Amino acid sequence: MSSETKQILTTDGIPLEVSLKKAERKNKIKAFLLVAPLLFFLIITYIFPIGDMLMRSVDDRMVTNMLPNTFKSMEKWDGNDMPPEEVFKSFYIDFQKLVEEKRDGKLSTQLNYTKNGFKSILKKLRRKAKNFEEGNYKEQIMAVHKRWADVEYWRAIKRRAPAYTNSKYLKGIDMYKNEEGKIVSVEEDRRVHRVLWLRTLEIAFFVTLLCFLMAYPIAHLLATLPMKYSNLLMICVLLPFWTSLLVRTASWMILLQQQGVVNDFFVMIGLVADDNRPEMMYNKTGTYVAMTQILLPFMVLPLYSVMKTISPSLMRAGKSLGGTPFVTFWKVYFPLTIPGIGAGCLLVFILAIGYYITPALVGGASGTLISNQIAFHMKSTLDWSFASAMGLMLLAGVLAIYWVYNKLVGIDNIKLG
Amino acid sequence: MSKNQEFVKFDKVDKSYDGKVLVVKDLNLDIAEGEFITMLGPSGSGKTTCLMMLAGFETPTNGEIFLDKNPISNIPPHKRGIGMVFQNYALFPHMTVYENLAFPLKVRKINKDEIDKKVDKALSMVSLSGFENRMPGQLSGGQQQRVAVARALVFDPQVVLMDEPLGALDKNLRESMQYEIKHIHESIGVTVVYVTHDQSEALTMSNRIAVFNDGKVQQLSSPDKLYEEPVNSFVAEFIGENNTFAGEVTNVQKDQCKVKLLNGSEIIANPISVSSNGDKTTVSLRPERALINTKNKMDNNFKGKIEEVIYHGDHTRVRIDLLGNKEFILKVPNSSANMDIKMGNEINVSWNSHDARALDPK
Repeated sequence: MSSETKQILTTDGIPLEVSLKKAERKNKIKAFLLVAPLLFFLIITYIFPIGDMLMRSVDDRMVTNMLPNTFKSMEKWDGNDMPPEEVFKSFYIDFQKLVEEKRDGKLSTQLNYTKNGFKSILKKLRRKAKNFEEGNYKEQIMAVHKRWADVEYWRAIKRRAPAYTNSKYLKGIDMYKNEEGKIVSVEEDRRVHRVLWLRTLEIAFFVTLLCFLMAYPIAHLLATLPMKYSNLLMICVLLPFWTSLLVRTASWMILLQQQGVVNDFFVMIGLVADDNRPEMMYNKTGTYVAMTQILLPFMVLPLYSVMKTISPSLMRAGKSLGGTPFVTFWKVYFPLTIPGIGAGCLLVFILAIGYYITPALVGGASGTLISNQIAFHMKSTLDWSFASAMGLMLLAGVLAIYWVYNKLVGIDNIKLG
Repeated sequence: MSKNQEFVKFDKVDKSYDGKVLVVKDLNLDIAEGEFITMLGPSGSGKTTCLMMLAGFETPTNGEIFLDKNPISNIPPHKRGIGMVFQNYALFPHMTVYENLAFPLKVRKINKDEIDKKVDKALSMVSLSGFENRMPGQLSGGQQQRVAVARALVFDPQVVLMDEPLGALDKNLRESMQYEIKHIHESIGVTVVYVTHDQSEALTMSNRIAVFNDGKVQQLSSPDKLYEEPVNSFVAEFIGENNTFAGEVTNVQKDQCKVKLLNGSEIIANPISVSSNGDKTTVSLRPERALINTKNKMDNNFKGKIEEVIYHGDHTRVRIDLLGNKEFILKVPNSSANMDIKMGNEINVSWNSHDARALDPK
C-alpha cells in the first residue's frame, strides 16, 4: 500500500509529476512568448531609462575623468592651506590636455555648478597658459587671477573628486554640503525648490479635492440616469478627454486672459470694473482651473465604474427600512463608493503631482510646478543630472503616496473599471 | 378583536410611466389586516409596480392608496413604516448581519440594549442565531434571504412587502423557504403582500391571490377557489394545467349549456361567462377531472386516441387526440388497473359537465 502512495504513475508508466511538468512546459513557453514583446518594450522604455536616470543623478565621473592627475595629487592635500606645487602641476597638465581636446568648456560649466566664478578664471587661464614656462606652476597659475590664489576655489575642485555624489539630491531640497562637509540649507532668499515642492503638493491636493467634489455628483448621475441620457452625459465627460491636451490648455488661455471671454462676461454683468479685470491666468488660479478640468475624467471614470455596480435596490432598502435619504446615502451608498474614491483620488493626485504642460502654459511664475523646474534644467541649464535627481525624487514621492494609500485603504480595494 | 378588512386599500389606482400606456388600470384592492396576499402574474402585468407604489418608490398617476385609512401617496418611503424584502436580497454588503438588522432600529433612535434584544429575536426567528458577525458575502443564498426577511421584520412594520424574494434560490431551498415564510407569517400575524410569477409558490403560501394581467386584477380569491373556479380563460390558463376546447354556445340553460366545437361534435359544459346562444367560448377542463374507462356515470363521454405517454413517477401523463384537440392531457394515477395505456390505443374519456367551465373566448 505504501508503495502505491509513494509515486503515482500515469498509464504509460511515467511518474505523474514528470508528465505534468512536460504537459505544462509548452503552455509556459507559449505564455512567456506572448508577454515577451511587452516585457522587452517595458525594459527598453521604462526600466532602462529609470536606471539611467538613477545613474545620471549620482554620477560625477565626468569631472573625475577630466582631472585624473589633479585628484590623485589632491589625495594628500588636507584642504586647509593652499595646495602644494604638485597639485598645481597636475592641474596644469590635465587642463592643457582638455584644451587640446577642446573639452575645457565642459569642465568650466561643471566647476561653475560647484562654485560660481570658475568660468571666467578658467577662460583666463586658458589664454595665459600658452605662455607658461616649465616649473613653478603654483606661482604662475596664482598670478593669472586672484581667485586662483583663493583656497576656496581649490576646495571646490576637490569636492568634485568622488565619482558618485548626492549633491544633486541635496540641491533638490535646497541643501548643500558646505566647506566643512556638513549638510546645511542654503540661505533663505536662494531657496527655490522647497517652495516648488510644497506648491506642487498643495496644487495636487486641492486639484484632487476639487475633482472629487465635482466628479461625485456627475458619476452618480451617469450611473443612475436612464441609458439614453447617461450615454449623452458620458460623451460630454469624455469629449474633452479626446481633445488634445494642448488645445484644451490653449482654450483655457483664451477664456481666462485679461481680455478673455470670462473677464468680458464679468465686466458685462457688472461684477468687475473694465479697468480692474482680475488676473486669472499666469498664476495659481489658472493652474487650478485648467488642471481640474483636464483631470476631471480621471476621477469620474473610476467613480462611475464603482457606482454602476451598486444596486439601486440598496438605496430603496435603506429608505424602506426608515433611513432618510441623507442617512441612507451616508451609511449605505457612500461607504460602497470608497474603492472608487480611492482609485480616482490616487490617479488624479499622481497625475497632478507630475503635471507639466498646463502649468507651463497657464501657470506663470506663481503657478508652475516641480515638473516645470525639471524641464527647465533639461532644456535650459542642461544640468541633466540635476533634472534626473529631481525626477527620481518625484518618483519616490509618488511611490511613498502609493505606499501610504496601500496602508490606509488597501490597494486591493481599488477599482479602476 | 375585529380585524380591519381594508387595512391596505388601493382605490381606483392608475399608473403610467410614459403617459401613453397604462401599466396599472383602475386597480381596486382591499387587503385585510394580518392577511397574506399574493400578487401573481406574468412579467409586465403590473404587479411589481403595485408593490412599488405601496412601498412609496413610485407614485400613482391617479387614485389613492390608503394604509389603515390614511392616504399615503404623499408620504415618503422612509416614513411609511413598511418593511420590504427585495428580489436580490439588497443586504448592505459592507455591514455585518447584526449591523444590517440594526440599521432600521438605529435610524429610529432605539437604545442599544433594545436593539440587541430585537436583533436577537429576529435572528432566532429565521434560525440564524450566532451569525451576527458574518458579512452577507459569507452567507449562502438561502441564509442571505433569511437575513433579508429578518431585517424587514425587525422593526415591527405594519405591512411587509416581498418582491419575488425566492426567485434566486434553487428549487428545494425555495420550497423550504416558502414554508418558513408562511410559518413566520402565521406566528407574528403581520400583513404580507407578496409578489411572484410562480403559481405554485402563490398557491402554497397565500390566504388570497390576486391574479394580475395587463394591468388589471383578473381574479382575487383563495387558492382553492382560484384553481377550481377560474372566472376567465386567462386565470384558467395561468393557474395549473388546463385543457381547452374552442366552440360556440348552442343552448344555454341555468347550469348547463351545449357547446358546438369546431369539428362539429357537441359537449355539455358549465356556463360561467356565456349568456346566450351563438356566444363564442373557450371551455376549460382540469386534466385530473377527466377520467378514462370509468364506470361512474358522467354526462360527457368521448373516444380518443392516445398520442403520447409520459411516465411521471406517481402518475402518468397521457396526451390524447380528443374532439379535434391533439393537446388534450390526462393525468392517470399509476395503479395496476391502468396498465393497458399504450400509444395508439383508443380509450373512453369522461367528465362531468360541472367541471367543464365555459369561459370567455381567447
